[in-house]
Amino acid sequence: MSTQTASLSTPTTARAAGPAPAAKDLSQQRQKEMLADYFEKLTRAKEAGQKIVYTFVPGNLNELIAAAGMMNVLPEINALQSGMRGRSGGYITEAEKHGHSEDVCTYVKCDIGMMLNGNIGPTGTKLPEPDLLLLSYTGCFTFMKWFELLREHYKCPVAMLHVPYQPEGRITPDMRKYIVDQLEKSIIPALEKVSGRKLDRDDLAARMALSSKAEDDLVAVWESAKHTPSPIDGYFGGVYYIGPIFSAFRGTQGAVEYYRELRAEVEERIRLGLGPVGPDGPIGPERHRLVVEGPPNWTSFFDFWRMFSRENAVVCASTYTRVGGLYDLGFRHDPDRALESLAEYCLGCYTNLGLPSRIDLLEKYIREYQADGFLINSVKSCNSFSAGQLLILQELEKRTGVPGGFIESDLVDPRYFGKANIDNRLQSYFQMLDARKARGYA
Amino acid sequence: MSAPTDPCAPLLARAEALLEDLSLHGVAAWKAAHGGAPAIGIMPVFAPRPLFEAIGVLPVNIYGGGDRVDVIKGDAYYQSYICHIPRSTIEMGLGGQLDALDGMVFPSTCDVIRNLSGMWRMLFPQKYSAYLDLPQTFEAPLGGLFYRHELSRIAAELVARGARPLDADRLREAIIVENRRRALLADLASLRAREPWRLKASEAYLLTRAGAVLPCAEHIELLEAFLAAAPERPVRAYDNVRVIVLGAFCEQPPIGLIRTLERSGCDLVDDDFQLGLCAIDGAIPLDEDVGDQSPLDTHDPLDALVLSYTLRGQATATRYIADGVKGEALVNRVRTLGAEGVILAAPSFCDPALLDQPMIEQALNDAGIPFTSFKYAENSAQFQTIREQAGAFSDSVKLWGAA
Repeated sequence: MSTQTASLSTPTTARAAGPAPAAKDLSQQRQKEMLADYFEKLTRAKEAGQKIVYTFVPGNLNELIAAAGMMNVLPEINALQSGMRGRSGGYITEAEKHGHSEDVCTYVKCDIGMMLNGNIGPTGTKLPEPDLLLLSYTGCFTFMKWFELLREHYKCPVAMLHVPYQPEGRITPDMRKYIVDQLEKSIIPALEKVSGRKLDRDDLAARMALSSKAEDDLVAVWESAKHTPSPIDGYFGGVYYIGPIFSAFRGTQGAVEYYRELRAEVEERIRLGLGPVGPDGPIGPERHRLVVEGPPNWTSFFDFWRMFSRENAVVCASTYTRVGGLYDLGFRHDPDRALESLAEYCLGCYTNLGLPSRIDLLEKYIREYQADGFLINSVKSCNSFSAGQLLILQELEKRTGVPGGFIESDLVDPRYFGKANIDNRLQSYFQMLDARKARGYA
Repeated sequence: MSAPTDPCAPLLARAEALLEDLSLHGVAAWKAAHGGAPAIGIMPVFAPRPLFEAIGVLPVNIYGGGDRVDVIKGDAYYQSYICHIPRSTIEMGLGGQLDALDGMVFPSTCDVIRNLSGMWRMLFPQKYSAYLDLPQTFEAPLGGLFYRHELSRIAAELVARGARPLDADRLREAIIVENRRRALLADLASLRAREPWRLKASEAYLLTRAGAVLPCAEHIELLEAFLAAAPERPVRAYDNVRVIVLGAFCEQPPIGLIRTLERSGCDLVDDDFQLGLCAIDGAIPLDEDVGDQSPLDTHDPLDALVLSYTLRGQATATRYIADGVKGEALVNRVRTLGAEGVILAAPSFCDPALLDQPMIEQALNDAGIPFTSFKYAENSAQFQTIREQAGAFSDSVKLWGAA
């Protein structure tokens, strides 16, 4: 039996804290190779004349960027990788020394600190500087400030894609048209200007068809967690599953093959009646099924995961794994209406939904995945996620009768991960879930 | 011999009473006098007030509870690392202090105000609640058209709730009145910059903020009365340092904090307090020639309202600066007003202001303009540290500014 803990992104320090990882699944091996190959290409991009676009995960236009012959770099991914590799604390301190407030997003400060320290990426090599900052303003106000800050440093052009918010959880024709018009009149011309070539629209459509295939398989993987026992962990394990499709590989044959293999592996686990694999090996008999709202902490990712896995608590669904697209609500990239479909993708990312829609979604997950608890990990850095989470907690308990837990940490600032405090809270929470079960409430 | 009386004192007292009317008794009185016409709260930073006035709605800018609301329930909705204004606003809503309002509009200022829009919808389902997505692209066929749809949508939603239909003539009239107000606010700013001892920043603050709860025409009367009486004020000039305050555009500093800055040797010759009332540079370009903005046309009053934002919106932390240089607008204001320094005053945990700050500091450094910075909350009560900091700053500018 293999484990899912090892991948390119598994940090050396975290790996040292647990047992040595066992052999990898084929999908993990493929993901590792894909990422290594991509970062290798990034390292050589400038000498190969390859143009580089920095952009963000939610609302990313990966197919468009690739069809324009460019490669993407995702600063959030770099920041979380720095967090997992134990480097974010130093980077954040560096940024604060340069005048960045202790109150603001630590992804931003980590990225700025990394930039100030030579922009060394996850594989230990220097990341290429951007030729274009593609600002997909989706679901997070801070994105705009982030790229304003990077523009000051890199002095490169910025293309702004303003994605309207969905306060009522529905996409109106005006919203869609606004984005399509921006793509046609602003974003595509900006990409063409930097890349020096005309956008190949057939290539764009072909890539979107590939996206759709991979999205089908990803949804099957997510929804496998409706099975009892769940064959996957949809939060800690889930962040690995979303890796390729949320980063550089949506719209590639590599992603199609990765998700096909992953789905087959997960279906095999269901056939064998196996639960997920945790940071230290297979998780014991499933004791708690949880839904989690909010991003994970990256600086103590494996310690955090162990707080769940040692209690045999499995996360069957999470909202963080939907920040790059709500495919399980039916959205697919559509090659026949490429730009409209990209617009709907941008509009539909989780944090771009109004709070009532987010609560509806969480309620749906709690019911459909038959969760006996839900947990909110409220991160200091991210007001987009965090503002309103205490109301989410109240409302979900009221609607479902399922008890919620609430903990606080941060994305990549190690100063805000209070291990003992979080552990105590989680233990109390799990004990409460046990007590409810013993009284027949579950 | 008795001290000379200040002819402006009653006007300032009225403005301060409006500031202190947290339960919106004045708004309730306006509604009663207007057959129960709707009044709508507007959270910071900006929504175009003439749109509301044109459909018979009283727009009321809401700035939270300041330092006069004891926040208990509101804290139950927010973690410690989120700014203060949404807590006190929820406290006021749950406590009935906003009952005079028929609804709220939440502009796209930041993620906290954005998420508050959804919270409001859930906490007060019987009231109207709207999110106003202000554009971050400013070309007329892109952000301009989108913004026009947003304004039309909100107007239509309010009409469905009892407001008058949006009519071009009435909107034109509302814009003309608003432009008169804007001219008076510009006069007020000019007076303050020219003679800061005749109109202190704290007084300008009160006079401007009165416009948050008054119909435009009434605010105009107040401003006109003040400007007419101001030359007769008994004043005494001080040898203070001329500074601009930046960063306080959403959650407002307590009035005591503004007065503290004044007492620390600073003449605050400009600021971005309550930016919602001043977010546009100049007039709304009704019937003006602003070049080709097709498909928008300034002869259409709704288009003119849209263009006032896309073409003349002030450079602020909540607005994407596409082509300009960050901080350039501030440096230009420093030069124009003959300011000697800048105080960067941001609310704690204010993402837009604090993320902007390193870029603003860089621009000030590059321009050789001295600055200092501190954080506050709307309910800050201890000003001594800030007074010492601002006092040390003003002293250093006085002593070394010319060096």
